[in-house]
Amino acid sequence: MSPLQVLRVAVRALMRNKLRSFLTTLGVIIGVSAVIAMVAIGEGAKARVEEAFASMGSNLLIVLSGTTSASGAHGGFGSMPTLTWDDLKAIRSEASAVRYASPQLRSNQQVISEDQNWATSVNGVSPEYFLMRTWPVAMGSPISPSDIETGSKVVLLGQTVVDKLFGSNADPTGQSVRIQKTPFQIIGVLARKGQSATGQDYDDAVFIPYTTFQAKIQGGLQKFMAGAFMVSAVSSEATTRAQLQIATLLRDRHHLPIGAEDDFSIRNLTEMASAQQEGVKTLTTLLASIAAVSLIVGGIGIMNIMLVSVTERTREIGIRMAVGARPRDVLSQFLVEALALSIAGGIIGILLGLLAANRLAANFGWPILIRLDIIAIAVGFSGLVGVVFGLYPAQKASRLDPIEALRYE
Amino acid sequence: MGKPLIETRKVSKVYRMGEVEVHALRDVSLTISEGESVAVMGPSGSGKSTLMNILGCLDRPSSGGYWLVGEEVSQLDRNALARLRNRTLGFVFQSFNLLSRTTALENVELPLLYAGISARERHTRARDALARVGLGDRLHHHPNQMSGGQQQRVAVARALVTHPHLIVADEPTGNLDSRTSVEIMALFQELGRTGITLLLVTHEADIARYASRVVVMHDGRVRSDEQQTALQAEPGSAPADAELSP
Ligand SMILES: Nc1ncnc2c1ncn2[C@@H]1O[C@H](COP(=O)(O)OP(=O)(O)OP(=O)(O)O)[C@@H](O)[C@H]1O
Ligand SMILES: [Mg+2]
Repeated sequence: MSPLQVLRVAVRALMRNKLRSFLTTLGVIIGVSAVIAMVAIGEGAKARVEEAFASMGSNLLIVLSGTTSASGAHGGFGSMPTLTWDDLKAIRSEASAVRYASPQLRSNQQVISEDQNWATSVNGVSPEYFLMRTWPVAMGSPISPSDIETGSKVVLLGQTVVDKLFGSNADPTGQSVRIQKTPFQIIGVLARKGQSATGQDYDDAVFIPYTTFQAKIQGGLQKFMAGAFMVSAVSSEATTRAQLQIATLLRDRHHLPIGAEDDFSIRNLTEMASAQQEGVKTLTTLLASIAAVSLIVGGIGIMNIMLVSVTERTREIGIRMAVGARPRDVLSQFLVEALALSIAGGIIGILLGLLAANRLAANFGWPILIRLDIIAIAVGFSGLVGVVFGLYPAQKASRLDPIEALRYE
Repeated sequence: MGKPLIETRKVSKVYRMGEVEVHALRDVSLTISEGESVAVMGPSGSGKSTLMNILGCLDRPSSGGYWLVGEEVSQLDRNALARLRNRTLGFVFQSFNLLSRTTALENVELPLLYAGISARERHTRARDALARVGLGDRLHHHPNQMSGGQQQRVAVARALVTHPHLIVADEPTGNLDSRTSVEIMALFQELGRTGITLLLVTHEADIARYASRVVVMHDGRVRSDEQQTALQAEPGSAPADAELSP
């Protein structure tokens, strides 16, 4: 028999029991659609994390006050400042693997315009901060070194703050806002940056010179710095070297004896990024494995029904053998039936999976990413399920003895 | 008489049921030539069906030799046996054994399907075979829409559609009333006239009279084996629209 003939006979047999055939494929349908939807969601999350870390800037290190251990922080970072302004100067001049370093002082404050106000994070930084984060201004001008020297009362607004205080697409440069009763002149608006890996809005922030922050927000100059340093290495390969140089330098400057714990901590953003990506990947793998297990359960369902079908149709098999069907004709007939069930389930499953992924994306704003290779694998896998679980019943049918099969009641 | 078509030498069949051995056939040696029509008779349990199944290549003997058209059947594998059932012989069963929910035409096409014959040719040959048994107007009926006699005629059409050397029939009229039985027998006799070899089991002496040779089985052995002058079926008892000449 030609393959087309075999397929026609198989489809006819399946159509005789439409409901049963449908229920049999349901397992595969659910398995495949679960795999497709889970992987689409997982890949979407991964892509968002990647994008978010890419937008954060490369080769970045953050130096914080306070100790850290494997189990986490003692008492919390920055609770007792240990970093000094001289430390920052030393890092800038002595660590050769460091390109830029900027302080980052942060405080949540009410920012007030003529007729609106908005609570946001106010950051005291140096001009290098924006170079490190590859974050240009969209309108107006950036913070300049002379702003730092003179401690001028100027402010750069993030896009979200502009939206809240002045309405979207407004150009507020030249106007002023008040922070803690001090009027600040708006010198520029930063380009839109988007969300962080954790979903925090980067654009919901304003930036002022760190010297101004110290004088007007913190109140008075201090030896210790109540914030963190953001440092960038000369290249991504140099990140670890920079980390080591800064650690050695700070231990030396803080007179820490050998064996004593660091009184600061250095976080590597690239490491954090890959750790978070690992997490997403593990989650994706886990979800996909659960979905794959349901696909196998679907395969067992097919096997079960095929075994019932072989038993039910023993007499039919006997008749076919009596008129000249060879064992392999019977084998291929039942195998193709199992395959048709599983592949049909696979195709319906893909459509349902894509639909489910799209619904999730539309209704919950989850990012999704459809991967063609995963779809191909899902089809291939459902076909494999059909062959693996269809083979045993088909073999059982083909090994029937014609006379025994004809006698079967 | 033509050259031998079937030759068995000391064919035995033993069924083992736990401790008990049932000797269904004991040393049956038979030679049947091309063109003969043989009626096999004997009491219930004498081994007629067992013999037909072996001669029809559906079953194998426990011992002894069986040659069909010169080929040693007991040496053949399952594929070769399937080929013999497909090409060399046609089997007609007491219980018709048609595929249910399948039209008469498709039932008759079934052997051709396994012979790898193209759809167009399958179709014309199956139509012709059904016309030959007088069912030219029942092509698309399902078995459950036909009488027993009609179903058996579909089965006969299925047996002869591959132009076999031999048709083996195990009580083909066993499930039919006497009038329909005569019709089916007339059909077989017409087939016999075309030169096809016929081998049929029957309980009824009336029906055996249509054969040219009667083999009587008893307790797994051939008790008697005699040639006779076959009675001709009454003209008019054959279906009116049958075209039985080759
Ligand atoms: N599958 C089997 N297992 C065990 N014994 C069997 C089997 N088939 C047939 N027999 C035995 O073999 C013997 C011959 O049976 P067979 O069916 O050939 O008889 P028969 O002449 O066709 O009888 P009937 O006229 O009733 O059809 C019987 O004793 C029967 O019980
Ligand atoms: Mg019998």
